Amino acid sequence: MSDILRNIIRFILFILVQVLVLNTLHLHHYIIPYIYYLFILWLPFSISRNALLFVGFITGLTLDYFSMQIGVHTAACTLIAYARPFIINLLTPKDTSDFNYREPSPKAMQWMPYMIYVLLLTILHHSYMTFLQWLQFGNFTDFLIKIITTTAISMLLIFTIELLIPRNLKFRTNI
Amino acid sequence: MRNIFLFIRRYFTFFLFLTLQVLALWLLFTYNRFHRARGLGWANEITGRVNKQYNKVEDFFNLQEENRRVHQLNDSLLNLLPGNFIKPDTGFQLVKDSLPYDTAGNFRRYFWRSAEVIYNTVNAQKNYIQLDRGSNQGIKDNMAVISSDGAIVGSVVNVSPNFSQVRSLLHVDHRVSASLKKTGDAGTIVWDGEDPLQLTLEKIPNSSNAQAGDTIVTSSYSFNYPPGIIVGIVSEVISEKSTNFYTLKVRPAANFFNLQQVFVVENIQYDEQVKLFEETKKKVEDLKKTTQ
Repeated sequence: MSDILRNIIRFILFILVQVLVLNTLHLHHYIIPYIYYLFILWLPFSISRNALLFVGFITGLTLDYFSMQIGVHTAACTLIAYARPFIINLLTPKDTSDFNYREPSPKAMQWMPYMIYVLLLTILHHSYMTFLQWLQFGNFTDFLIKIITTTAISMLLIFTIELLIPRNLKFRTNI
Repeated sequence: MRNIFLFIRRYFTFFLFLTLQVLALWLLFTYNRFHRARGLGWANEITGRVNKQYNKVEDFFNLQEENRRVHQLNDSLLNLLPGNFIKPDTGFQLVKDSLPYDTAGNFRRYFWRSAEVIYNTVNAQKNYIQLDRGSNQGIKDNMAVISSDGAIVGSVVNVSPNFSQVRSLLHVDHRVSASLKKTGDAGTIVWDGEDPLQLTLEKIPNSSNAQAGDTIVTSSYSFNYPPGIIVGIVSEVISEKSTNFYTLKVRPAANFFNLQQVFVVENIQYDEQVKLFEETKKKVEDLKKTTQ
């Protein structure tokens, strides 16, 4: 399967799961599970930074139109799409062509750096999104609690997904 | 000049990021001001179609509960049929149909349409509901939405040809005029954005002697909500010493976690009422200007 087709299918699946299952699930008003941005985290290493920004923007906008809060997810997704290359460089300081696998995964980056990579971008995404919502309404303690709880539930979900759904990653050869 | 171009080219990614970020924030803040987003009409059609497909599947899991509620409402309506009552005066009979007048000279003021909920959230601070009826089926902005068990749900804020978006009571900007059923004292229903099982009714005077368990209904001062429709039950009374008002915590009567079938209620005289209201405001202001 080509990279593009694979990512288009992933995009549709992530948006549908987020919109139809997770957004309508009611656990508690502080605990809202988010996983759709994992799509941006799973994009190949080789994607150019400008393309990454556009993909992030479109992902956020699609989710925004479904959840009727235009702009909130778009802004957060653009931010993590911008920050992603920096964090990858920070955790695995090598050239993208040196990676043995196509996209970020526990296998490609080792468990520890991969989880830190996910955690940093999750915190960034949730803080910025909750901050934008808080600007319009809410109080400050709610804002802090919400960042912590949503980050925790998202990390738990992502960890489970990584363990349960092994991505069939081909080892990249030097051809 | 050349240096500027070189500078932009060097930091192109950063500028692209800034542009997209500003665009996103612009969408966010203009949307909140005008309650309309660019391209929301066609986006509504697309999201509507996706949600409708999924809803078909989801419906099966809620059929029993929904059936019970519809049956209950039917039951209460059947009891209101004129055939259930014997009228001593045979010259007078109440007839209501979809025509604006009836033979007794009564105006029809509210027209009810049924609709199905195809998407609904309670998690956000600004929750919206999507219905499978749109402008082609006669839905317009500001119509009231009432759940299948006869409780207030929200009001329509945006319509596309086949779908409409409803701002639910669980939306921090939503204001509904509501009153205590037993005394008729009117206040405003708001939501604080936290617990979906708790609304707040503000500005109820102390003299009303409100108590937990009292029924809250829509007041007759609203342009879009029909009067006397249940909003919820008072769960807690907070007395404010500094003012002469109560703040009441209200448990909504509509089950927002399980909305399936709803009614969209049109106030046929809505346009006339709003026009009169606007014209009065203008007239009074003009009067002020000329007298000053």
